[in-house]
Order: sequence, then C-alpha cells, then structure tokens
Amino acid sequence: MKQSKKTPIALALLTFLTVLIAPAVAGDEIEIQIATKTDLFPIPNLVFAAQGFVIFLAVLMLVLAVWSFYLTFSKNQKTPLIATVVFGIAFVASVLVWLFAGATMTLTTLLAGSLALAVPLIFGSMSGALSERVGIINIAIEGQLLAGAFTSAVVASITDSVILGIIAAMLAGVLVAALLAVFSIKYLVDQIITGVVVNVLIIGLTSFLFSTLLADNITVLNQPPRFERISIPVLGQIPIIGPVLFNQTLIVYLMYVAVIGVFLALFKTRWGLRVRSVGEYPKASDTVGIKVFRTRYISVMIGGALAGLGGSFFTLGQVGAFGKEMTNGAGYIALAALIFGRWNPIYAALAALLFGFAQNLQYAVQIVGSPLPSEFLLMLPYVLTVIAVAGLVGKVRGPAAAGKPYIKS
Amino acid sequence: MRLELKQITKKFGDFTANDKIDLVAEAGQIHCLLGENGAGKSTLMNVLYGLYQADGGEILLDGQVQNFSGPGDAMAAGIGMVHQHFMLVPVFTVAENVILGHEPTKALGFLDIQAARERVREISSRFGFDIDPDAIVGDLSVGVQQRVEIIKALLGDAKVLIFDEPTAVLTPQETDELMGIMRQLRDEGKSIVFITHKLREVREVADKITVIRLGKVVGEASPTDSSEHLASMMVGREVDLSVHKNPANLGEASFKVNNLTAFNSAGSKVLDDVSFEIQKGEIFVIAGVQGNGQTELAEAILGIQERVTGSITLEGKELLGKSVKKVLDSGVGFVPEDRTEDGLVADFTIAENLMLDRSDRPPFARGVQLQLKKLHQFAEEKLKQFDIRAQSIFSKAKQLSGGNQQKVVLARELSRDLKVLVASQPTRGLDVGSIEFVHEQIVAARDGGIPVLIVATELDEATQLGDRVAVMYKGKIVGIVSPDTPREELGKLMAGVTK
Repeated sequence: MKQSKKTPIALALLTFLTVLIAPAVAGDEIEIQIATKTDLFPIPNLVFAAQGFVIFLAVLMLVLAVWSFYLTFSKNQKTPLIATVVFGIAFVASVLVWLFAGATMTLTTLLAGSLALAVPLIFGSMSGALSERVGIINIAIEGQLLAGAFTSAVVASITDSVILGIIAAMLAGVLVAALLAVFSIKYLVDQIITGVVVNVLIIGLTSFLFSTLLADNITVLNQPPRFERISIPVLGQIPIIGPVLFNQTLIVYLMYVAVIGVFLALFKTRWGLRVRSVGEYPKASDTVGIKVFRTRYISVMIGGALAGLGGSFFTLGQVGAFGKEMTNGAGYIALAALIFGRWNPIYAALAALLFGFAQNLQYAVQIVGSPLPSEFLLMLPYVLTVIAVAGLVGKVRGPAAAGKPYIKS
Repeated sequence: MRLELKQITKKFGDFTANDKIDLVAEAGQIHCLLGENGAGKSTLMNVLYGLYQADGGEILLDGQVQNFSGPGDAMAAGIGMVHQHFMLVPVFTVAENVILGHEPTKALGFLDIQAARERVREISSRFGFDIDPDAIVGDLSVGVQQRVEIIKALLGDAKVLIFDEPTAVLTPQETDELMGIMRQLRDEGKSIVFITHKLREVREVADKITVIRLGKVVGEASPTDSSEHLASMMVGREVDLSVHKNPANLGEASFKVNNLTAFNSAGSKVLDDVSFEIQKGEIFVIAGVQGNGQTELAEAILGIQERVTGSITLEGKELLGKSVKKVLDSGVGFVPEDRTEDGLVADFTIAENLMLDRSDRPPFARGVQLQLKKLHQFAEEKLKQFDIRAQSIFSKAKQLSGGNQQKVVLARELSRDLKVLVASQPTRGLDVGSIEFVHEQIVAARDGGIPVLIVATELDEATQLGDRVAVMYKGKIVGIVSPDTPREELGKLMAGVTK
C-alpha cells in the first residue's frame, strides 16, 4: 500500500512558513515566566535570544520534514506520530516566540486561560461523543450549551446557588437533547436538519426571554453568583501543572471527571459496548436483544446533560450574566473537536484544548501588541478543523450508523 | 431441545409471507428448510427468532409455548442464529462481538474482557477454529467471520441453532467444513435448522427436509430423494436444472483484457494484472468467491472503476479511459450485480427504465423532446418479448419481483446492437423459472455470435453456463480451465491454491 503524501507536504509547508517568519522576529529577547508565587519551589524566568531560537526551531523542523519525505517516498513508511507531534510543538513555539518577542510571556496564565476557555468546548464534545457514538449526529450541541447558559444564569440568580444553577443547566441540556432524540429516533427526521432547527429554536427562545424577562429584572434574574477558584492543596503548588490544572473553578474539576468518565463508560463498560454497537450496526445490537431506541435516547440525553453543564461556564464561570447568543458557535467548534479527536473523548478533549489555546492566544496577543492582527488568530481553530476533516490526521471515520435512523422491520 | 412451529402465519399488508406453517426439529437432527428465494424461509426464521411477531400460530420448545417479544427472549430460551448477513460489528474485536448482549462484567458494569477471551478460546478449540479473540472482525475473511457468528450463537448456550443461507459466501472447501461443524453440533445434541435453496447441500447433510413454496409447506422430503424431485417440489413444476446449449461456434477473439490492474480508494490492489481474451460465440465465466475483484473487473470494463491501468479492447478499439456512455455506445451490454441499486431506477416506470441508456437519441428523443408514443410502443413490445409480468408498462420497477426486474434490465441491454455482453451475477436471488429464462437469453446472445463475460459466484452455474471458466482470487486470475474440471480442483483454485 502506498503511503499518503499529505504528512510530508504539510510539514514542508509549515517549515517554509517558519522560515518566512524568522527574519520578521523583532525584539532581541523573549522572557518566559514559568513560576507563580504559590509554587513549592521557585523557577527562574527563561530568557532566549528570540531570533536565534526561531532559527533553531526552523532547522529542527526542516530536519523532521526531510526525514518525513525520506520515509514516505524512499521507504514507503509512515511518519512516526512522535515526529509529527515534536514538529507541531516546534511550530507552535516558533509562532509564540514571534508573537511575544521583546515581551514577557507568562506561561501559566496562557495555559490556565486556555484550559478555562476550552471548558465549554470539552463538555460540548463529550455530548457529541455520547450522541454520535450511539448513532445520532449531534449538531444541537450549540443549543444545549446555550440552554444551559441561560437556565443556569436564571436559576443561580434566583436561588443564589451555583450548584442549583448547574443542576438546572443539566436539565435544560437534557430537554434540548430529548428534542433532538425524539425527532431523529421516533420521527426519523434528518438528524442534521433537526440539529440546526433545534439550535435556531433555542437561540430564538433564549433571546426572546432575555429581552422580555431578563433585561428588565437584571438584579433578580440575571446576576448569578460565579464559580469560585478552588486551589487543591499540594497538587496546586506543583510548578506549571499546579496553577494550570489545580487552581481552577468547580466546573473545571467536573470537566476532568466528565472526560475520564465518558471515556471509561464508552470503552470499558458493558453499557459503552452496547452504545457503540448501536452506533455502528444497530441491527446487530437488536438481534442480541439490545434495545436500540432506548440506548439511543439515554446516551443522547446524558450527552445533553453534559453540554448543559458546559453551558453554565459561560454565565457562572466567564461572564457572570447571560447575554444573547453568548455561546457564539462554541457548539460547532466542539463538534469539530470531536471529529478532530476521532470520536474519542480523550482526543476530543485534547483537540478542544488546542482550540481553547488558540482562542486564549488571541487575547494574550492583544495585550502584548503583536505583529499579527489578533482576529487572524481567531481563524486558527477553523483552519485546524478544515485540516482535520480533510484527513490530515489520518483517516477520519466516524461511527458507521451515525445519521441513519433505525427502522425496525 | 425439540422445536415445534405450529400454524405460523405472518402477513405484510396484503401479502402472506408465511401461511400456517408447521415444522418440527428434533434434538440431534439437522432439519433442512428448503425453498426458493422469496418462499418465506427467512421470514419464518425471523418470527422464530423474535425479530418479527407472528400474526398467528405458536412456537413450542420441548412442548412449552413460547412468547418472544424480541430476539433477547428467543436467545434466553436457547435459540441461536447464524445470520445470512452477519450480525457482527466490523470495528469490534471478536471477543467484543461474541459477548455483545450478554457481557461478562466486573464491578460497576466494567467489562470483563479477559473472561470473554477465555470463552472464545474455549469454543474455538472445541471446533478446531483458530480464532484470535482480539482480532478486529472487519479484518477477517468471510469464512472466519461466519465462525465468529457460530461462536456467538454457541456462547448464548443455544440448543436450537438456525443457519440462514450460510453457504452463500463460502468457497466449496469452506462449505464442506461448515457441513462438518453442523454435524458436530448435531452430535452434541443440538437441533439444527438449516435454511437453503441449494439441493446439493440439502442432500449431503440433512436428516429431514421440509419444503416450502410461496409461504406454504408443500411437503416433507428425504435426503435420498433425487435433485430433480426436490427441485420440482420447491418450484411446483417439473424443472430442468441443466443449461441447454449447443457446442460453441467460435469466432475470432474480439474482446481482450490485458494487464488490468486497479486500486481502491484505500490504496489496496483490487485487480492484479488480469489478462484474458474472449472469442465471438463464447461464454467466458469468471468464477470465485464474492469479493475477489469480480465487481471491480466488471466495473472497469464499464468505465466506472477509477485508478485502473492496462487495456480493454473490443474489436481492436480501446475502451479503458472512455466515458461510460462511449463504452455503451461502442457495443457493450452491461448487467450489473445489484439490479435494484445499479440496474434500474426503482421509482421509474418499466418504460422509462427500458430507455435509460438511449433517452437522448432517436427513436426515443427528438431534440430535447421525448417521443413518448415510440417509447410506449417499444416498451409494450419488450414486455411481450421478455415475458415481463407486470400490470402495465407504467408499473414502477420497484413493484416488480426480482426475476421481472432482471428481465427489464436484460431487455434494455439486449435491445442495443451488442458486440459484447458483460453480466455480473445475472441470476443472483432469482427464482428457478427466472434463472432458466436468464440462462436462455445469455446462451442466445452467445449463439448470436458475440463474446459473453459472466461473473458467477455459484460454482454450478459457472460450470454449466461457461465455455471456459476463469477463477479469480484476490484480484488475480489464478487459472483458466475447462468447465468439466472436477469440482474439487475448482474449489482449490477458488481458495487461491495453484498447486
């Protein structure tokens, strides 16, 4: 079998891009701040010669690209994943150096912020994973997130409790998911169309309620308490890892649980095996006595609960109030992360982190003032998605029965 | 376990698929259910397996009346089924597939995959299967996948095992091995119900035979009865199972395929340096187990297969690289293997289907306008000539039986001025009457002096119809032999053994 030429060509293009960047690197030095005040032990700031560092990275990338060409065309072998990963890190690093040259980059802030911004994306992609693995295409993640954002804001404002807020958000997500499920499972409506319609419905509904109810009663209905930052003892004091992973809000910790939980449930339990069989070949499931419809309803609705929970991040975590259409397409990016992550919860979460990083980079770059317009960086998640879906990260193959209603004969 | 079906009736709308069927299968016996395609065999088994609910009648196991609301109930009662289309998830491992539905678990519903592996190994060794429990099912050959299906049925501790047309996808050797497995299961005391329309297999392995026709039991038969007797019971009239043809009157070799190689979209070779020539007045049959490149070969000739190199010439003119339209216009008649997918537009009328290939030219079109009168006249003619049983030429193709659909396809293809006829599994899924008709038409085309290429997966058809038989294995032609070559030798070729 012939090896795909995509990888070496992509590496070559990115190397070329880096070579173009190198002369444009302004400022002599880049200072990277790694430590935070709460760390167990101090780490001094790293200081590099900016241009020299980019040139070093470019050379590294060139070597990897040449190697990849050699492997593909002479040896007919796959480029090892580790080479691609190292290459990717080098490329991102060179772009970072270019953007932050002459300034101080606070690594922990950059990473912690990325993680926080990825929260709704990750919850959304978990919803997608649970739904698509059972055979229902989930375009409605956007609607689930938005419903969760709205409901949590209102309920948390009234009750003054974030816990009740997120419970309400989960229920709202379940309702939206149930809508998707009923139309696609029971009434056999095209799942993509149903998903889009559900999203439009939720956008309309929340915007209407926002204008008619929330706008006039802000203090009662739209001033929820926010998640507080909880630092986990000891773990939170490990340099880099601590401040990034263990000095976060409740919802981030719930997210860790959700990702691991969804992964284990799908791949290690009886329930997950059944869910995946229904998403791959529902008739085979039916012939061994698995209830296809029930399995689909349950999995889609659990997904909805997770997406609803993720939606509460927008109001209780980020902004502190509900705003019209505040999810702003996060549901679709979550879906892209799911495909990028090949329908695997862990990979999807990593993909979402990458998108969160790109988003946070844009904020950070605005602050330091960079050579690149910050809007340009906003394109990054979408460019990555196109690359992913085009099959660059390997053959992208979703659950075989996704999108196909099961009709019992 | 003794299985008894009493007066089972199943209707689909006005159509009665099973009409008061009685059937008894004893423990330690192989009970054959013989009938043509569409006779209601599969419907009956789906009722028994709980996939369909019967409209009348009873299912008894050891004298106890059963009520199955779904396959889960049937399995729990001890009924296992080896499905014609395997009920296996291709991306799952063997172990995952066989435990699906009754998974061994540890605490909290976590899968005990180790226990599953053990059970697969245990049953494998009992039957001498060599199956890796961690292999991905989609990577296994069809024969091995069927064994996975058998393991799956046995794992549920089935006492009644139903085999639904299990040999359709097997080589002759694999078929023999399956017979051995069925006998072993019988000797272990299982009741085996073996559904088939293949007389050879019935006579070889059955202890008892029930013949059904048009949804009704027409009688019991003995495995010692002659093939002719069984066939006439199955069809309801005297049938002649042999193909009648005169010795070939051979002309020049006008259809040539040279060094044809093709890759699929995943980059694997599906045709590997295929070369042959067919003379005028000759039927050249490509035999082999389905999925060894036959489909790709037929499609390459038609011009819908991509990534092909080599050459295909008809009377000296190159066909490869030409558009489908040009290929058809140069005199290629094409009968695709899936008539409902590729041969017909299901929602079009018979008349419309008959002119699909010539809808842009006289006599059916003048400029942009269709000449409906001429078309209807033509369709009426063909309806008579090909004995297409339909209410009128305005019946939709999807309303026709398989046999009549195939007649429409043949009528369309044969009414062009053909220089070669390519037919892929032209009798797949047809009743005996239609098979006879299709065979007659193919022989007539050959006697009309054109080269004929047939893809056949049934060995009997290949040897009866063919003047020469080529065997394909993994995209290669592994041998071109005379049709009176012994069956065992052909079977070896089909398994890729070339001495």
